[in-house]
Amino acid sequence: MIPLLVILPLLSAAVMLAPVKWFDDRRNAWSFALLSTVFTFIASLLLAYQFDWSSPGITMENGVEWVPAFGLSFSWGIDTISLWLILLTTFLMPITVLASLTAVGERFREFYFWLLILQAAMTGTFIATDLIFFYICFEFTLVPLYFLIGVFGSGNRLHAAKVFFLYTFTGSMLTFAGVVYVAYFNTTLGNDWTFNIQALYGAAQAMSPLQQALVLGAMMAGFAVKVPLFPVHTWLPLAHTEAPTAGSVILAGVLLKLGTYGILRFAIPMAPEAVVTYGAAIGVLAVMGILYTALVCWVQTDVKKLVAYSSVSHLGFCVLGMFALDMDNIGAIGAVMYMINHGLSTGALFLCIGMIYERFHTREMAAMGGLARVMPVWAFFMVFFIMASVGLPGLNGFIGEFMTLLGTFNSPSNVLGWEFAAIAGIGMVFAAMYLLYLTGKVVFGPLKVPHVDPAWVSDQHLPEGHGYRPRDLNLREIGVLTPLAIACLVFGLAPYPILKTLEKPVAQLTAPAQNVAQARLDETAHRLVELTTEPIDLNTGALPLSPRSTAAPLWAAGSAD
Amino acid sequence: MGTLAEKVATLWPEMTLMIGAVVCLFTGLSANAGIRKLTSVICGLALVIAAVLVGLVPEPSSGVGLGGLAVFIKYATLGIGLVLLLVAAQVPAGLRQVIDAEHVRTFEPGNNIRGEFFAFFLMSLTGVMLTAGADDLAWLFLALELTSLPTYVMVAVSRDKIAAQESAVKYFFLGAMGAAIFLYGFALIYGATGHTDFVGIREAITASGEPSQLLLAGLMLSVIGICFKIAAFPMHFYAADVYQGASTSVTAFLAFVPKTAGFAALMLVLGFVGWPLPQPLVVLLWVIAVATMTLGNVLGLMQDNVKRVLAYSSIAHSGYVLVGLLAGNAAGSDSALTNGLAGVVFYLVAYGLGTIASFAVLGCLRRRGEEVETYEDLGGLVKRHPDLAAIMLISVLSLIGLPPVVGFLGKIYLIGPAYHAGFRWIVIITVINSAISAVYYLRIVNACFFGKPADDVTLVPAVSRRIGAGVAALLAIAMGVGIGGAALIDGANHMTRIIFKSDTQVEAEAVAVPAETGQTLSAR
Repeated sequence: MIPLLVILPLLSAAVMLAPVKWFDDRRNAWSFALLSTVFTFIASLLLAYQFDWSSPGITMENGVEWVPAFGLSFSWGIDTISLWLILLTTFLMPITVLASLTAVGERFREFYFWLLILQAAMTGTFIATDLIFFYICFEFTLVPLYFLIGVFGSGNRLHAAKVFFLYTFTGSMLTFAGVVYVAYFNTTLGNDWTFNIQALYGAAQAMSPLQQALVLGAMMAGFAVKVPLFPVHTWLPLAHTEAPTAGSVILAGVLLKLGTYGILRFAIPMAPEAVVTYGAAIGVLAVMGILYTALVCWVQTDVKKLVAYSSVSHLGFCVLGMFALDMDNIGAIGAVMYMINHGLSTGALFLCIGMIYERFHTREMAAMGGLARVMPVWAFFMVFFIMASVGLPGLNGFIGEFMTLLGTFNSPSNVLGWEFAAIAGIGMVFAAMYLLYLTGKVVFGPLKVPHVDPAWVSDQHLPEGHGYRPRDLNLREIGVLTPLAIACLVFGLAPYPILKTLEKPVAQLTAPAQNVAQARLDETAHRLVELTTEPIDLNTGALPLSPRSTAAPLWAAGSAD
Repeated sequence: MGTLAEKVATLWPEMTLMIGAVVCLFTGLSANAGIRKLTSVICGLALVIAAVLVGLVPEPSSGVGLGGLAVFIKYATLGIGLVLLLVAAQVPAGLRQVIDAEHVRTFEPGNNIRGEFFAFFLMSLTGVMLTAGADDLAWLFLALELTSLPTYVMVAVSRDKIAAQESAVKYFFLGAMGAAIFLYGFALIYGATGHTDFVGIREAITASGEPSQLLLAGLMLSVIGICFKIAAFPMHFYAADVYQGASTSVTAFLAFVPKTAGFAALMLVLGFVGWPLPQPLVVLLWVIAVATMTLGNVLGLMQDNVKRVLAYSSIAHSGYVLVGLLAGNAAGSDSALTNGLAGVVFYLVAYGLGTIASFAVLGCLRRRGEEVETYEDLGGLVKRHPDLAAIMLISVLSLIGLPPVVGFLGKIYLIGPAYHAGFRWIVIITVINSAISAVYYLRIVNACFFGKPADDVTLVPAVSRRIGAGVAALLAIAMGVGIGGAALIDGANHMTRIIFKSDTQVEAEAVAVPAETGQTLSAR
């Protein structure tokens, strides 16, 4: 069942290349891609049905040999974290395809080909239990997106594609060196060469602090670029603005999550010592990213760029949550939740903006205003997703944001500490400001419709003498946005079941780092005991700033009824 | 040491190629046009027969040299030689000289070089195979020169342009200089050990314990001289000019064949002292490797001519391969990823497929009758010839080392042993260099897929060249996802083990053929 999710898109992509005239028709190619992605989505639902949701770690493991001499295999297995992300991918794909009917000019066959390849690669990263298999898929996502941006993007697309590729490739080459190093270290312990992650977890944790620091650095080099974390985020706005809508949706929806997924799955469990030591440094970067990019968002004039920068800001929360290492994993679970929700709401925002771009061929905020008057349905969805993105309680964005901040607040004082949460919290305020500013300018206020060249809207009737009145969303476009809106609502109102499923797998991944943090705290406490005469309560942890929480997880109370 | 007869008995494949070369010389001069056209087929037949014979002849049992790895190199040379033949088969037929000689009413054998071209082609490949099987310094020198000398001529005759002759002359003189340097190195090795045969040299070194200064000097000079063959720093200067001047199909030949011979020779020469190498050699190879890959990539960035770009890329790849050579094969471990020498050979195959495919694509196209050379000429290739653009994409991805094409496996095969041998920094430098190289490789992809379509670009009437490019690209993909790749990696590893198993007690163990199977997944 699991490999089917990769093979199905790959096969469909291969079929798209077949020299058959039938695919030369736009609608045929589109329906074929749609059919394929819908089938994959159904397959993933079946997988979710088969899946044992109570399993604590990776299950349904299997694989085929690849290069036995290197210990390489195409081996797969999933836990709930990967399953949720797979579902996110397979859910977003048909929506993206549905939305792209009119967005692509010529070469649409190629477009769907690369889109399907991209889907296969993304799914591959989530199912891989072989480090190199993961890396292959992680790296290979570059190629289809490179073409999606380079061939089908707007204006400055060539530059954007190149910057995107080189930036991420450079980072991930270092990740590659780190990955092979971990496998090599495993052999120095007397084992055979293998890249199986279960085997490497144990080996990696035996590395010296310095080695762990290097491995963490190498892995973060690739993953941080992909996330993107603050100083290495500059490729993202460029890629987003030039990418076609479908590319943006996938990029924001799933591809960025490959970075956070990599951090959670590989970096944190494989270098626990270094994570505790350098967690604060990464946390500082995350907080700086949250605040800095939020301010950058505020001064954007391009709608798409604004949303792109907001992604950087939002994913800062995600990284912060993962490095919080609080005892109940509120931060890390919140981060996974954030990954899913950000995919839904930001993906939807990019779709909304894409619909505007198709009508006006501009994304300049100054050129448009008050669109709610002429496009009420669009305005409804736009405001809805902006609210989800801002983190309005009841919609999906809230839960992740809240939990990552709470986790950071509860973080042991030797990892992040409450100061991080306090400062990052300002980012939430900024987010509300820039997103509402965007809403105010574009959706409400006096009506301002950009000049439209009749050639772009040849299928519509342009009234003589009157200003152009853009048509509201058609049924297909409503069909694109509705599932996303429903998902946002469901995830916002009833997050508890999802959080519950994430509990155990996340705990497994963060446990080594948590133990290191606690051990260091205890050590400090003991030293304090020796130094001072005042009694310190060793049972509840050590330092007064970070009370070790013994309460049940937050959502446990909610699910009790 | 066996007798001469025993030695000759192991040389049937090489002799087949030489016989094939002679037959080619005759058929190329035949008055019958049909027979003349058969020359390339005969050349291919010779390669196939030689490949069969490689499996049949007894392995040389002297206990030194490359042993089993030589067999692997021979197979690789013959296999890739077939691909190269597909690429180059139409070169003579496209030369004005040949056309003139063959199409006038009276056939002029004196001006026809069709036979010579294929004869030299086979001789050069023979040289590689002899290099791989060498067990004597004189033999090694002759074999190396047998590889190179025909290529000088092939470069000169490959094109109707003065540039080809110019580059051939440059290539020849610099090649002679390189040969002089490594010959001097060989002389010093002889001076230090008193032997030219590898068994004697190895015995003398083992007996004396620490390698003497004279020996080290000899080894270093040999390494630097052989750097010419592999186009590595400080002997890399000729590569860009020569590769640009030669006909693209012959460039593909140059990028693989002399390089393979060079690396085989380096393995042999460094094998005298064995791995881990003595400190001076480590420093030398480290510097050469880093300088080669960095120079190749940085200079590659600055080029506008795709042929030159690929030439610099080929220099950079020599740098990567040197990492494997530096790591060598660790004694006492049977795992593939501790065996840098197997990595070297495997990477050569991976690199060869990518480079040959990309040069072949260039060779398939003409713009206004001239060879396609600049990025602009490649513009919008995908619109006119999607098949060639796809081949170009695959080969470039392989050269970048992007998974799942075979170049990626090659990178693992070099980096793993380097870690094992304790060379961490060179790994970091290698991966950063890969990232730099992506810049110019992407420019090629950019041109092919996004560029403005270049008009008046036409296809060369050489179907076999397109087939050759396609075969190379398909092999690269297939091996990358594991079809045949795993077997090749296993093969490379085990064949190296046979001979380099333990450098101190070669004689004792040389006869024993280890029959270990591949490592299975430990975690399953």
